[in-house]
Amino acid sequence: MNAPLAKKRIAQMLLSLSLAGLALQASAQTLVENAWVRATVAGQPSSGAFMTVTASTDSKLLSVQSPVAKVVQIHESSMKEDVMKMQQVQSVALPAGQPVSFDPHGYHIMLMDLTGQIKEGDKVPLTLTVEDTRGERETIQVEAVAKALATMDHSQMMHDHGKMN
Amino acid sequence: MSTLYTRRTVLQGMGLLSLGLLAGCDDSSKLSFKYGKDLSDKIMGRNFKLKDIEGETRMLGSYRGMMPMIFFGFTQCPAVCPTTLARAAQAKKLMGRDGERLQVIFITLDPERDTPELLDKYVKAFDPSFEALYGTLEETAATAKEFGVFFEKVPSGDTYTLSHTATSFVFDSRGNLRLGLSASLTAQECAEDLLTVMEVC
Repeated sequence: MNAPLAKKRIAQMLLSLSLAGLALQASAQTLVENAWVRATVAGQPSSGAFMTVTASTDSKLLSVQSPVAKVVQIHESSMKEDVMKMQQVQSVALPAGQPVSFDPHGYHIMLMDLTGQIKEGDKVPLTLTVEDTRGERETIQVEAVAKALATMDHSQMMHDHGKMN
Repeated sequence: MSTLYTRRTVLQGMGLLSLGLLAGCDDSSKLSFKYGKDLSDKIMGRNFKLKDIEGETRMLGSYRGMMPMIFFGFTQCPAVCPTTLARAAQAKKLMGRDGERLQVIFITLDPERDTPELLDKYVKAFDPSFEALYGTLEETAATAKEFGVFFEKVPSGDTYTLSHTATSFVFDSRGNLRLGLSASLTAQECAEDLLTVMEVC
C-alpha cells in the first residue's frame, strides 16, 4: 500500500519539477512587457501594438500573429524634418539583455485587416516568434490591453511630464 | 467686491486691448514663437477646397473667426496621427476658454480608404469638436502641395501605408498662416505658441 503511493508521489514530484524547469526555461528566454494595443473606432481596418521585448540571448523577432488581425506586420517609422517615414521590416534584432522598445516612434507591430473593432479594455492576444542565433525558435504568448484611441504614447507622456515639472 | 470690480476692469481693459490688436492686425507682422516655426511670411494653404463629412464644401474662409489648426494624416496611421490628434485635444484643454476658438482640422491623405463615416468617428474620438476633410485623389494632392506637405504610398505586403509630413499648420482668425508645430513638441509647448497666435488675431 505504501510503496505504490510513494512511487506516485515521486512521479508527481518529478513531473512538477520538470514543469517548473520548462517554465523557467521559457521565461528566461524572451520577456515581453507593457504590451498594449491602440483601440479603434468601428470600421477602422488597422491599428498598432506596442511593447518592450527583452531577449536573454542574441535573437531576432521574426513575426507576430493575432486572432484580431488577418495580417500582422512589423513596421519601422522614422522622423526626418518632420516627415514621418514608414516601412515594413522582415525582422528586428533583439540583442541579449537589451530591452527593445516597440513604440509609435520606431519599431511597432501593425495589426491590419482587423476582424472587428478593438474596444478600450479589450485583451488582445499576440503571439511573438523569436529566433536565436542557433536558429532555435520560441513563441511567446502575450495579452495586450487595448488603450483608448486618444492615448498619448508613453515616451510622449514622459516628455510632457518632464516639461511640466 | 472691490477685488471683483478690479478684476472686471482689468478684463474689460484686456478686451479693449485685444480689440485694438484685432483692428491693427497686420498680415505681414512677424511673430516670435517659443517652440514652433513662424510661417507668417509663407504663402501657403490659402486655396484648398475640400468636403466635410456631410459633403459640404469647406475652404479656409469657412473657418473665419476661428483659429484653424490643420493636420494631414490617415486613419490607418499607427503612430504620429493618433499622437498628434491626442496632443491637439490636450493643448485645446490647456488653453482653457481660448481653446474654444481652436478648430482642429484633420485632412486625410488616404481618401481611397478613409470614408467620411470612418473619418468622422475617428476625429471625434479625440475631441467632439474636431473636423475631418477629404477630397478626391487629385484634390488631396493639390491641397498637400499647397501646404508643402510631402506624402507617398509605401507598399507593405498586399496593402500600403503612407509616409507623410507631420506638421500641424495654424492660421489666425483672419485666415493668415502663422505657425507650424512639429510632431516632436508637447501639448504644453503647442498650447503656449497657440496662445501667442491668439494674442495677435
